[in-house]
Amino acid sequence: MKTKVFSLLLICFVCQYLTYGQTEDMVLIEGSRYIPLYGRDSTVVEVNDFKMDKYPVTVEDFELFVKESPKWRKSNAIKLFTDKTYLSNWKNDLESKDSVKSKSPITYVSWFAAKAYCECQNKRLPTVDEWEYVAMADETTKDARIKPTYNEQILSWYEAPRTNENIIGETPKNVWGVYDLHGLVWEWTLDFNSVLITGESRKDVDKDSNLFCGSAAVNATDLMNYAAFMRYAIRGSLKAKYSMKNLGFRCVQDVKTESE
Amino acid sequence: MKHIKIISSVLVLLVLAISCNSDKSKASNDALAVYQCPMLCEGAKFYDEAGSCPVCKMDLKQIEKASKEMETDEISEESIFNLMSKWHTEEGKEIQLEDLKGKTLVVVMIYTSCKAACPRLVADMRNIEAQIPDEKLKDLTFALVSIDPETDTPERLKAFAIENQMDDEQWTFLHGTESGVREFANVLSVKYKEISPIDFSHSNIISVFNAKGELKHQQEGLGVDNKETIETILQLIQ
Repeated sequence: MKTKVFSLLLICFVCQYLTYGQTEDMVLIEGSRYIPLYGRDSTVVEVNDFKMDKYPVTVEDFELFVKESPKWRKSNAIKLFTDKTYLSNWKNDLESKDSVKSKSPITYVSWFAAKAYCECQNKRLPTVDEWEYVAMADETTKDARIKPTYNEQILSWYEAPRTNENIIGETPKNVWGVYDLHGLVWEWTLDFNSVLITGESRKDVDKDSNLFCGSAAVNATDLMNYAAFMRYAIRGSLKAKYSMKNLGFRCVQDVKTESE
Repeated sequence: MKHIKIISSVLVLLVLAISCNSDKSKASNDALAVYQCPMLCEGAKFYDEAGSCPVCKMDLKQIEKASKEMETDEISEESIFNLMSKWHTEEGKEIQLEDLKGKTLVVVMIYTSCKAACPRLVADMRNIEAQIPDEKLKDLTFALVSIDPETDTPERLKAFAIENQMDDEQWTFLHGTESGVREFANVLSVKYKEISPIDFSHSNIISVFNAKGELKHQQEGLGVDNKETIETILQLIQ
């Protein structure tokens, strides 16, 4: 009897681990130094080793999360952390609308919700520098930004409509083994509010020094990287409680904490 | 077999305990319940018992008047007191934002090693403070939150307070964790970025919260006209 109960519990835990823990679905990203579009004053930033989710968080994953965290259900989430569009394509507190595919990336989530989701799994959101570092890779090279095809491919996705309705894992995986950084949805980053440009790019030409102290120090390094410029512009225009139809997220994990 | 007995008896006990609980809460709910016409025929008139509306004859609807009254003391959805992050004041005391409840709150995010905008932002804060009548200052908290938790230890914030003659009761300096500060900045829509180990660029925003922690006004920019900000504050401490 005892062993039966025990094995049943064990099975439960294993299931939980597989469906919710998602640790297997992460890949190791080896850190390095690189020059992002908007860096620090020394322009080179350093990224430490970390693990990144292979796929963006799916609708299915998020349904599991709200089941266990009532605080983040559509009707319970507070106004400080979400706006009216939060999970607006869900039919009730626990399920998305039938028209939404369970393997599509979750969207209509605020930064606070995304952050809570990752923290719940002992992970966190990637920083802008980390995200951009992984996203500059293509299928074969770690830094593909100099290839004309790299930019063309991303821009052609930016032109494609309603990609948020596609399912995860269908775009080619990059050299790190990460899917869908380009081609599905925009993604939240931990420090998206470190992008000191206003949503209106005309304004940024004269670096609104009254609004931002020291903004002149953070200039774009490579104006040819138009796709990256768009991503930074989006980040600059977001507020943490906003939700968008084509804005999802994925989580990362520090390698250090794993070994501890 | 013995185990099953124990488990089931525990379960039964649990169920009993839960049902007892819910009975109690229901009873207290009933005591506080009031009724009102769903069409509001008689305006905001309340009834103590269920019945029908004398005007439109519709059944009266139960509403929770009592909970509404209690709400004045509760934290609303928009309140920054929902943030659970922990902070240290310049006196080294550990607090949560909720501990600032009850006073009108004026907040700015700075870092003490800043040479460019922060001195002007701090000056803006002092200008605002100077225009509040002295006897009203006890109803106010001016909070300066550091975006550089690594450098700005509580001790350093204390030194900064003394240096800038901002050590009176109404001034509070807050030191938080990196993620706590990032989250707080997001609530204020403040942007900031470390551009070198000692330098940050950041938005220049002064925010005013009421005693319940709800955002009432934001002043953006440096040396801007603070008339509106002061008006908001004076209204809130009326």
